[in-house]
Amino acid sequence: MNLASLAPLAVVLPILGAALTFVLIRHSRAQRAVSISLLSLTLLLECLLLASVWNGGTAAVNIGGWLPPWGIVLVVDQFSSLMLVVSSAVSLAVLVYATGQGMADGDQDAPVSIFHPTYLILVAGVSNAFLSGDLFNLYVGFEILLTASYVLMTLGGTGPRIRAGVTYVVVSVVSSVLFLIAIAMVYGATGTINMADLAIKLSELDQGTKTLLHVMLLVAFGIKAAVFPLSFWLPDSYPTAPAPVTAVFAGLLTKVGVYAMVRTETLLFPGDSLNTPLMVVALLTMVIGILGALAQSDIKRLLSFTLVSHIGYMVFGLAMSSVAGLAAAVFYVAHHITIQTSLFLVTGLIERRGGSSSVDRLAGLAKLSPLLALLFFVPAMNLAGIPPFSGFLGKLGLIQAGIGLGTPLAYALVIGGVLTSLLTLLAVARVWNRAFWRKAEDAEHPDPVLLAVPAPEGGATAVRLLPRTMVGSTLGLVVLGVALTVFAGPLFQVADQSAAAMLDRSAYIQAVLGDGAPVPALALSGGGK
Amino acid sequence: MTVNLTLLTVMGALYACGIYLILERSLTRVLLGLMLLANATNLLILATGGYAGLAPFFSKDTDPAAYNDPLPQALILTSIVISFAVTAFMLGIIYRTWVLARQDDIQDDIEDRRVAETPSFDAEDDAVIPVETSEFPLPMRGPDGSAVAEPTATVEVGGRILLAEHAALEEKPGSANITGADTDTDTDGGAK
Repeated sequence: MNLASLAPLAVVLPILGAALTFVLIRHSRAQRAVSISLLSLTLLLECLLLASVWNGGTAAVNIGGWLPPWGIVLVVDQFSSLMLVVSSAVSLAVLVYATGQGMADGDQDAPVSIFHPTYLILVAGVSNAFLSGDLFNLYVGFEILLTASYVLMTLGGTGPRIRAGVTYVVVSVVSSVLFLIAIAMVYGATGTINMADLAIKLSELDQGTKTLLHVMLLVAFGIKAAVFPLSFWLPDSYPTAPAPVTAVFAGLLTKVGVYAMVRTETLLFPGDSLNTPLMVVALLTMVIGILGALAQSDIKRLLSFTLVSHIGYMVFGLAMSSVAGLAAAVFYVAHHITIQTSLFLVTGLIERRGGSSSVDRLAGLAKLSPLLALLFFVPAMNLAGIPPFSGFLGKLGLIQAGIGLGTPLAYALVIGGVLTSLLTLLAVARVWNRAFWRKAEDAEHPDPVLLAVPAPEGGATAVRLLPRTMVGSTLGLVVLGVALTVFAGPLFQVADQSAAAMLDRSAYIQAVLGDGAPVPALALSGGGK
Repeated sequence: MTVNLTLLTVMGALYACGIYLILERSLTRVLLGLMLLANATNLLILATGGYAGLAPFFSKDTDPAAYNDPLPQALILTSIVISFAVTAFMLGIIYRTWVLARQDDIQDDIEDRRVAETPSFDAEDDAVIPVETSEFPLPMRGPDGSAVAEPTATVEVGGRILLAEHAALEEKPGSANITGADTDTDTDGGAK
């Protein structure tokens, strides 16, 4: 028995956890223990999966013993297992943070009883989407995670959350309907929805049909990934949710959309037919997203806009469809999941300590809580791409790949990427200057919490405002972000190999359909550069 | 592949009505629109299976082409279950909106409106910098030692020309133009 046949457990364990925590809904202590231990177990399993494919190779598991073109197949390769490990590590940290918050607040802000089952179902949906080897199972994975996210988004049912939830639910449902229409069209045109089988059969279709299917899938995934013209729902709906929920949404949900786009582009529609429009869209996503961030005064909204903006980098790497570009995109996705989530978690802490998440009301936090300042500074500089950090390495990889491509559009994207990086720095520096550096007396409307004279035993107050579990889990994520920098060498190597394997496609197709499967010749004109 | 024209016409009508309804501002209509879209998509999937055939129970005597394609129907079952869950959730949301706000409309994002109406002038970043920035209070002097004139920098806000310091005052939350915007939305909502 090889290790990859354990892959279904990555979906089954969280669902089992959801069932258990739902049964234990009146026992919050047992609920916490079950959800944290099962998620840790899932993470361990996924680390084993990643280790089994670390040096290359692809493994497929046929669910229920049905053979591939008909049955459901789960595929483990370097990209999917890397995404699984990063996403589970991030969701575990957020889970610990959320339980810390729930305990500190006496379950007021986040009703923990329903939070745990829903959260675990969200994780199961994300894992299912990453592992899925056929389009309809990918759709089911999306629906599992979306339905869970609807509940998490409107947790507590307050006015602003319901308002944001309506936007979010309607946009998500429309994008799911588009995805389902695309699946129906693909099935009508080819008679299969298995992705490996599609890779062979789609190449036999005529160009017009292919382009139609391609655009339909890209639009559906583009809404989920928040790519520019389809991104307006995100900053409207994310900021109102509870801090841990926003953090996990920002880290994971859009990246599942990016993952689906990468699979569509590389496996189903290789070649460069839509690369030019994708590049234009990537440029617009980067620049317009970050300009939106500069206008915001609420940190959560600002971060939501940087989230949209940095999706552009990943689409840029994808649109180059070269090994270097795709590898940089894979690395960037892993980096961005970690960093964006930790920034949202830190914002949750800032809101607790400073009483607000608006930079107009925050001040003097560096003096009040140096640890908080450090926790914000490291991921913020990482996001902006300041040299030693992984954000810099990812952007450097993208820029190198862009210059390697050498077309005028690629140069425009390189310039846009550098500009976006600088503007991100400006946006986070503004938060830093106001919330952390300026004196509370200089602020026009400081929150009363900031002006309060520290109690004689100041330690007691600080612990209540910033519970140790919340700070600890945030610190863990920040350290993970730094670890991505320290171990960037091996990570980039894996990203390179997975990019080469994805562009080659033969490993994937043969793992799913058997060694005898015919691998269609790559109809690439410029993709192999 | 052959397609049933009736199915296709019904599907088109459902899509048209669904898209019309989701563009409305009333939540109940949006929900009805989403349901129509989901059902239209189910018909589309059904159509990909071709004409109706025999139920797909295996028997040696039957020609494989006589069977109906079972896969689209399995897909439809899954998608019906999913749209059922989403519809139930949306109904919950609509009820909650009604309980909270006594209205069935999609609400505006107040923070979004506030950012849109904020003047580009930022009191802290863009104010006229005094020449003397020392911690020790001195009368303000220009480089030649003469007293600096009153700051007369102006900004253009919403078609009005304001002194910079006045614009800075207006930017504060709770000041005239911002509370004005809030009252507008309130009366707007109350009128419906």
